[in-house]
Amino acid sequence: MNNPANLKYTKSHEWTKVEADGTVTVGITDHAQEALGDIVFLELPEAGRKLRAGEECAVVESVKAASDIYAPIGGEVIDANQAAVDAPETVNQDAYAAWLFKIKPSNPAELDGLLDAAAYAKVADEH
Amino acid sequence: MGKHTPLHEAHVGAGAKMVDFAGWDMPIHYGSQIEEHHVVRRDAGMFDVSHMRAVDVQGCDAQPWLRHLIANDVAKLSLPGKALYSCLLKEDGGVIDDLIVYFFSPNRYRIVVNAGTADKDIAWMNRQLPGYNVAVTPRPELAMIAVQGPNARAKFWAAFPESKAASEGLIAFQAAEWRDWLIARTGYTGEDGFEITLPAAEAPAAWDSLKAAGVAPCGLGARDTLRLEAGMNLYGQDMDESVCPLEAGLAWTIDMKSAGRDFIGRKALEAWKTSRQFLGLLLLDKGVLRSHQHVLTKHGVGDTTSGTFSPTLQRSIALARLPLGVRIGDEVEVEIRDKRLRARVVKPNFVRNGKPLIQEN
Repeated sequence: MNNPANLKYTKSHEWTKVEADGTVTVGITDHAQEALGDIVFLELPEAGRKLRAGEECAVVESVKAASDIYAPIGGEVIDANQAAVDAPETVNQDAYAAWLFKIKPSNPAELDGLLDAAAYAKVADEH
Repeated sequence: MGKHTPLHEAHVGAGAKMVDFAGWDMPIHYGSQIEEHHVVRRDAGMFDVSHMRAVDVQGCDAQPWLRHLIANDVAKLSLPGKALYSCLLKEDGGVIDDLIVYFFSPNRYRIVVNAGTADKDIAWMNRQLPGYNVAVTPRPELAMIAVQGPNARAKFWAAFPESKAASEGLIAFQAAEWRDWLIARTGYTGEDGFEITLPAAEAPAAWDSLKAAGVAPCGLGARDTLRLEAGMNLYGQDMDESVCPLEAGLAWTIDMKSAGRDFIGRKALEAWKTSRQFLGLLLLDKGVLRSHQHVLTKHGVGDTTSGTFSPTLQRSIALARLPLGVRIGDEVEVEIRDKRLRARVVKPNFVRNGKPLIQEN
């Protein structure tokens, strides 16, 4: 399983990356894309939307099923990946390159509650 | 752990993602469901459908018994090997299962039923036996492989050249016995091809031979998107024991012509007041239709029964039970999560033989 060590993860299979400017990029993990199968539709939050940690904020639909995406941390959405919306299969091809949205954290300390790659690998093994 | 078909090792060895389907461990895909869909529309793919159950019906009353048992009329089968599709109904008209019945002679038929309903169907059939000289024999020792696509027959013959003489003259919905195999020109994809029934012990070698002839293994995921594009019903989703076949697009499978034929469910169907019709939906907005979504029309609310993303049309499609009064071409709204998305009502028949049947816009 491919879980980059520089990322933090959630139990609900999102990955997060803290950028140099303090914003946080969010996507779904390789395990999640594998479980969903061919992804054909993304519904992403609009820039400006305020999210609470754990809030449903996006939907990834594969041929097989729809899957809710939860905000890993609270904050304001500052960008959504239109390129991934236009080509949802890129999430299958590289789930860590095809990010979904970026958040400006309201409380960066929430990042400390996320899982590291090793802890996430255990979660993914159980599902 | 679920039940295994004779091809289980072949699936696992090929890296298939296995899922539970009606108590069986079955491959949902071998990598990409969409690629498997396209290979069937464009070339040739194969499905392990050994979880489905063949049931032999033999005896001097086989024909009158089947004319009582099922809603379609086997009396119209006279060409050896010819088959028809039918519902198995309860007295109240609810659908116990849908099936294919093959005719060999008036005292010998074979039925193929769904995996999830096989035990229930066989128990029901056994209850209908008194008074008829008929033996019902389930054949769980048989495997089934569906080879489907525009090049399916040619590739099947490349793998089994000795079978060509027996099978090249088959018309649609006709089968031929060859050695101890049954080769049927039937399918569940909207493409040409064969469904092969053969002894379980021969299935792995047959699968390998077909693969060597260029037939791609395909999972149940692609089977579902293919059948939905072809507008074919899935038991348990588009109809079940609570649904009248007249409201599931299956009126064409119910043969009322012979007035004296007293098939199970006939009285209920004759008295049935239809309030809903079975139609297709093409999603105009972006998103994916799924089963059990509300469809808002100016004649009332309907429901989707099956929905998916159509790899051929690159749009989402659905089968739906809609109020009477809704017409083909109408624009309706489907509730998806907190949104209402626009869809167009179309004939429930989206793709056949590789070609879209509906206009996109």
